[in-house]
Amino acid sequence: MARAQEIANQAERKDIRNRWILSAPALLIILFAATGPLLIVLVYSFLTPGPYGDVKWQFSWDAWTSVLLERDIFDDTLSLADAHLSILWRSVRLALGTTVLTALFGFPTAYFIATRPAGSRDIWLFLITIPFWTNLLIRTFAVLEIIRNEGIVNSLLIKLGVIQQPIQMLFTDFAIMIGMVYVYLPLMVLPLYASMEKIDFRLVEAGYDLYATRFKVLRRIIFPLVKPGVIAGSILVFIPSLGAYVTPSVLGGGKNMMLGNLIELQFGQGRNWPLGGALSITLMLIVMVALLAYVRNAGTAEVRHG
Amino acid sequence: MILAVPSGARQGEVTGPEMLHGAPQQQNAADPIIRLPTPVAYADNQVGTKLPSVQRASLWGVGVSASTGRNAIDVREVRKVFGAGEGQVTALDTVSVSIRENEFFTLLGPSGCGKTTLLRLIAGFEFPTDGQILLYGEDIALLPPFKRPVNTVFQSYALFPHMTVAENIGFGLEMLGKSRAEIDSRTADMLKLVQMEQLAKRRTSEISGGQQQRVALARALAPQPKVLLLDEPLSALDYKLRKEMQIELKQLQHETGITFIFVTHDQEEALTMSDRIAVMSAGKILQIGSPHEIYEHPAERFVAGFIGETNFLQAEVATLSDGRATVTLPSGRQIKAGVPDRFEPRGTVSLAVRPELAQLAPADDKATLTGVVNHLVYLGTDTHFHVRLDSGETFIVRRQNSSGGVSDIAIGDRVGIMVGESAAQIMKD
Repeated sequence: MARAQEIANQAERKDIRNRWILSAPALLIILFAATGPLLIVLVYSFLTPGPYGDVKWQFSWDAWTSVLLERDIFDDTLSLADAHLSILWRSVRLALGTTVLTALFGFPTAYFIATRPAGSRDIWLFLITIPFWTNLLIRTFAVLEIIRNEGIVNSLLIKLGVIQQPIQMLFTDFAIMIGMVYVYLPLMVLPLYASMEKIDFRLVEAGYDLYATRFKVLRRIIFPLVKPGVIAGSILVFIPSLGAYVTPSVLGGGKNMMLGNLIELQFGQGRNWPLGGALSITLMLIVMVALLAYVRNAGTAEVRHG
Repeated sequence: MILAVPSGARQGEVTGPEMLHGAPQQQNAADPIIRLPTPVAYADNQVGTKLPSVQRASLWGVGVSASTGRNAIDVREVRKVFGAGEGQVTALDTVSVSIRENEFFTLLGPSGCGKTTLLRLIAGFEFPTDGQILLYGEDIALLPPFKRPVNTVFQSYALFPHMTVAENIGFGLEMLGKSRAEIDSRTADMLKLVQMEQLAKRRTSEISGGQQQRVALARALAPQPKVLLLDEPLSALDYKLRKEMQIELKQLQHETGITFIFVTHDQEEALTMSDRIAVMSAGKILQIGSPHEIYEHPAERFVAGFIGETNFLQAEVATLSDGRATVTLPSGRQIKAGVPDRFEPRGTVSLAVRPELAQLAPADDKATLTGVVNHLVYLGTDTHFHVRLDSGETFIVRRQNSSGGVSDIAIGDRVGIMVGESAAQIMKD
């Protein structure tokens, strides 16, 4: 008996050791490539900017105060930094908008794929992922080509006589959102599909059988079952949208900045690394708060559901 | 049951709980005893309380059912073709059947015979290629399922995993726009009916298969459908539980007076539960009749072979007079045989003889058939003798085992077989 117990203990210890060995490479990468730089950014955000874009080792709260506030150059009073606030607000607004739109477009798409015969689903999924093969910059310029003043949409509308003057779509928030929806749609479709594919469609039949109309089946049966996919997809879309850099800089034209562009500006032309660091940490905090709120909300809804 | 017998209830009849669990038998009808719910241990260790049948029947405000002769469902020349062109499959080939009100009607057949397709057409999950489906005279063939007062118990149960047991049961009523109070009270009644009160708040993933089956049943019955469709609902249960549920279901149908259409491939299940059975094969209905008719007078060779065990013999028709024929066996002996309605057998025909309707006898001139025993199958209650006939065919005789009976017949023995007056039946091929 004792011996059997000993062997079992040994096996378990070995099992635990193996698990650590196997996960060591990933842990090392996370430690050196993510946690390390993050700490550097955090430390820099409490230092004073150097004249050539580096930092002077001198403690200062300045970077953090200037995330939301600005110091008047004449009387040194603090007031809200309107520019930063509007960028922050635009980032959150566009990221939320992108999440909602990708969910709206992604849901029917994923439903369509999930209801195809098993053999042809792979082809549809393959088609969905094709845009990923192309460089993000090229895809963004493709959107630019479509919506610019002399682009396909405007010239077609003018030729048809619907409008006389081209509609200004490029360099607006609308343009940024179109670009982001286009770029991030697959990130919504794939997790939605993954959870829809698991649905037993006999449940849908059972819903119809119990007098639920198509809309009610969607709302009361399909949606609750796909909710984990909606949450996963929303997280996958919201996070990169909030920190998006390429899309707003191409389609927003430098005038309509988002947080990513502001951060880049501080590390680049602005030569204010501490502010860049403080803004980066701020972005991370927003994401974390949003995530926590979302997950908690979704969690309670799951228990409470009607 | 003794005190408040609703009109139409048959007194003194053995009902569900007693039948199932062998409680003391019928009370004297004059005996003034109020029957209390009997605690019952279920196969899945769930202790429930059985409702007296009167209480259960009163949930529907109807008495114990008796077929009224009205048709609940009329299926008229329905065809269903899946696919198109080369890959076209005819699942139902011009099927017509009428199902009476309050009837326990079973569609029986091997897999792929079209029985589930017919059920799905009645439920509204598929639409017929041709033909009509009438529900109390109204054509519902093209209505979506949520507009038909018909509910289904699915083979897989299809319970909603994100809802509790009670929410599952109340779902149909909720969709019908019933008030909260009505939904709650009806759900409570249904929970009581299937003895699931204690588990009302559980998720459907947290209960056993047998309990899921009960919830599926309660969910389908809650909206008081005009017809209840059951798609092999017992096939996932273990043998013992299945046996119990068969009687329970039959009882429930009897008490609620709802028309049940039951699909199964299990002939024993069909015989146990049904008022009438339709035997299907390859998209057609071969025969419709009571279990007795189907078993005793199968009209076709397929039916005889599918329901129970049957011996088939080749024979020549000698004479034919009012429903009886005299046929000549290969050995030259002549015997009498029954003939299906509206059928005039000619020339060589198939003859069916049930194993229990033939007797073993000495291999002398009086025996209808003779052969050598080449196999014995002991089945507890009876023994099957596989006899290789002189004509080369194999014939099975079933004999009930007598007490302490050691078989006097061994493999290799030469035996005779007696086929009685009404044992042989001529089959349509």
